[in-house]
Amino acid sequence: MCLAIPAKVLRVEPDDMALVSVENVKKRISTALLDGVKPGDYVLVHVGYALHQLSEEEAARTLSLMAEAGVLQEELAEIRGDA
Amino acid sequence: MSRVDMTHGGGGRAMADLIRDLFQKHLSNPVLDRGDDAGLITVPGRRVVMSTDGHVIAPLFFPGGDIGALSVHGTVNDLAMMGANPLYLTAGFILEEGFPLADLERIVWSMANAARKADVQVISGDTKVVERGKGDGVFITTTGLGVVPEGVDLSVHNVQPGQSVLVSGTLGDHGVAVLSKRENLRFETEILSDSAALHGLVADMLAAVPTLAMLRDPTRGGLAATLNEIATTAGVGIALDEAQIPIAPDVAAACEFLGLDPLNTANEGKLIAICPNADAATLLDTMLLHPLGQNAAIIGEVTEDPAHMVQMTTAFGGTRIVDWLAGEQLPRIC
Amino acid sequence: MRYISEFRDPALARTLATAIQQEAQPSRTYHFMEFCGGHTHAIFRYGVQDLMPPNVHFVHGPGCPVCVLPVRRLDDAVELAEKHDVILCTYGDMMRVPGTGRRSLIRAKADGADIRMVYSTLDALQIARDNPDRQVVFFAIGFETTTPPTAVAIKRAQAEGLRNFTVFCNHVLTPAAIGHILDAPEFAPGGTARIDGFLGPSHVSAVIGSRPYEAAAQRYQKPVVIAGFEPLDVMQSVLMLIRQVNADRAEVENQYTRIVTRHGNRKAQALVAEVLKMRDSFEWRGLGAVPDSALRIRDAFTDFDAEARFTITDKLSREVKSCECPAILRGVKKPTECKLFGTVCTPDNPMGACMVSSEGACAAYWSYGRQRSPQDAA
Repeated sequence: MCLAIPAKVLRVEPDDMALVSVENVKKRISTALLDGVKPGDYVLVHVGYALHQLSEEEAARTLSLMAEAGVLQEELAEIRGDA
Repeated sequence: MSRVDMTHGGGGRAMADLIRDLFQKHLSNPVLDRGDDAGLITVPGRRVVMSTDGHVIAPLFFPGGDIGALSVHGTVNDLAMMGANPLYLTAGFILEEGFPLADLERIVWSMANAARKADVQVISGDTKVVERGKGDGVFITTTGLGVVPEGVDLSVHNVQPGQSVLVSGTLGDHGVAVLSKRENLRFETEILSDSAALHGLVADMLAAVPTLAMLRDPTRGGLAATLNEIATTAGVGIALDEAQIPIAPDVAAACEFLGLDPLNTANEGKLIAICPNADAATLLDTMLLHPLGQNAAIIGEVTEDPAHMVQMTTAFGGTRIVDWLAGEQLPRIC
Repeated sequence: MRYISEFRDPALARTLATAIQQEAQPSRTYHFMEFCGGHTHAIFRYGVQDLMPPNVHFVHGPGCPVCVLPVRRLDDAVELAEKHDVILCTYGDMMRVPGTGRRSLIRAKADGADIRMVYSTLDALQIARDNPDRQVVFFAIGFETTTPPTAVAIKRAQAEGLRNFTVFCNHVLTPAAIGHILDAPEFAPGGTARIDGFLGPSHVSAVIGSRPYEAAAQRYQKPVVIAGFEPLDVMQSVLMLIRQVNADRAEVENQYTRIVTRHGNRKAQALVAEVLKMRDSFEWRGLGAVPDSALRIRDAFTDFDAEARFTITDKLSREVKSCECPAILRGVKKPTECKLFGTVCTPDNPMGACMVSSEGACAAYWSYGRQRSPQDAA
């Protein structure tokens, strides 16, 4: 459900609209559901509307947590004496 | 008079004038210019292939092409997939009353241009007009004739395990280019349709790898439909490696926006080639040297599979089936 | 693609797979329901289950608004298009869903009804502006993700005085559905089916936040991890669920922190609350009548309510007998356990919504996974 895609805001337009892009594919979407959208922001786009801003710090943090998942296990295994 | 009207299809002077001043003006060649009911040609005792295609695309003009060029490329490619040298086309036009003649001329000019570049001649044609509302501007049906050189025998029936599957370039370009112009979807992109005549590429491929088993162009339904057709008809399985399948970043992005799969999206200037595993590297190198084979890749292999499935190892590391769709792919919200 | 491709990285997939292998206790089995059809689709499309150990199973939930729309409401939409001469605007997903007598929007369109597929309510509004002499009805479906765009459209129509624009509202609510599933006898202790935790929906949660799931987690003592949309998000969420189950915890955790916050998008929530209100009850395909699970248009906006403007007849709507969509939607049966699956019911010839919707369990299983044995498929 809820196919949505993170897109970069290129330009804010009047009437609660914005031009966003994924790679070089651009689309005009509505920002009526968000406040404070500015060029350079990443927003989640669903059926032509921006639903939420994307936090770039959280994205980076999530990726490092994923990378560490295996590492943590190795450390734990060592501590337990399994390794 | 700037629009098609019912008199243009009436068989009288108006139609004759239209044919002379618009169609013949651009498509002129000695056979067509004789003005007989059918085009007379001599085909020396050779193996001949013929193919026919109806073109109903909307919109008529799209980034990278139009219905005129598409109609030439589509039929030329059907012949080329048999390894044939395409020679002659015929073209039937069904025009909707009210269609602007200027647009019709653009289409016919584009057709003539594509035919010249492909070195084929349109030797016979027909025009009919239907009432406003009963057509979509223009429908074109093209029939092509080509000659297959001795010793060339490309067919789905040659497909068997121990063969590699190659593709000549990026997938999904045409489908996305056309969709970007459809009402209600409106997105901006620089993606162009890949509409092109492939017989030159095919000739190079046959020269380098005479053991080529079969060729097919993945048009409507995309790579998925074409490979499933092949698997079912030849009674084999196909195993693909997703990481090898070339897809342009913008095509991938547009598909993400709309919930489409590039593997189910149409191509009009690409081919799938199947050849023995031992010859795959040579075939790939040959394709990469041709302008229409940029981004060619070996994407999989033919396998034994009683279920005739097309399976794929995903770039992510799992596996899944690549199925063909029931009908046209529709954008989705879910 | 930025913030998309990174979350599909195969190297990280292997890392997470290893962690899951190590933490899933061999003596237990884990059954996690992915509520959301988008997760079902991702699991199959990327082959995520191949990276799971054999004792971790996905149970497919009803989170496909196309699948849970009752047949009656689809029949009503077809009637609006056929009998009231409206321009019916719909998302692509609904076009091929079979209603009573296998009648779908695409069939009605072939027979001459003016049915137009749109990507957004913005497009439907434009159609209304471009056709002032015609009635334009927007067929609104979807969970909380898709509801705010409908609310915006109604407010726009009001602001512009678009008197020919109405909405046929079928929006449904997620937490109510989760509770309803867990109330089913099959999931009671000693019941025939089991769910040990939930992968919570990504984009519903972007709108409503993670808070609304806390009551369900507490009440049913099941962990919920709000999971992002990409396959790595699904895997990381499975790891988090396994950890909760192993530690006997039943909390709401958020894996999708780059988008989801505890309170969600308050502006969107306020807009929805302004325009729509709760229905007492709404029938869900497969789940029956679920209280407090769906929305209708408020009286203040009745001018934009298709159900107020048009008289829709009462009708007897019927599913195909033997169609197991109801049980499949509840996670109680698998597609392979339906007699019709793969025989009469295929994507070419769908009998029920689970096969038509690209996210329905049956369609996902058919399209991506039917070469597996039933045990592997979960």
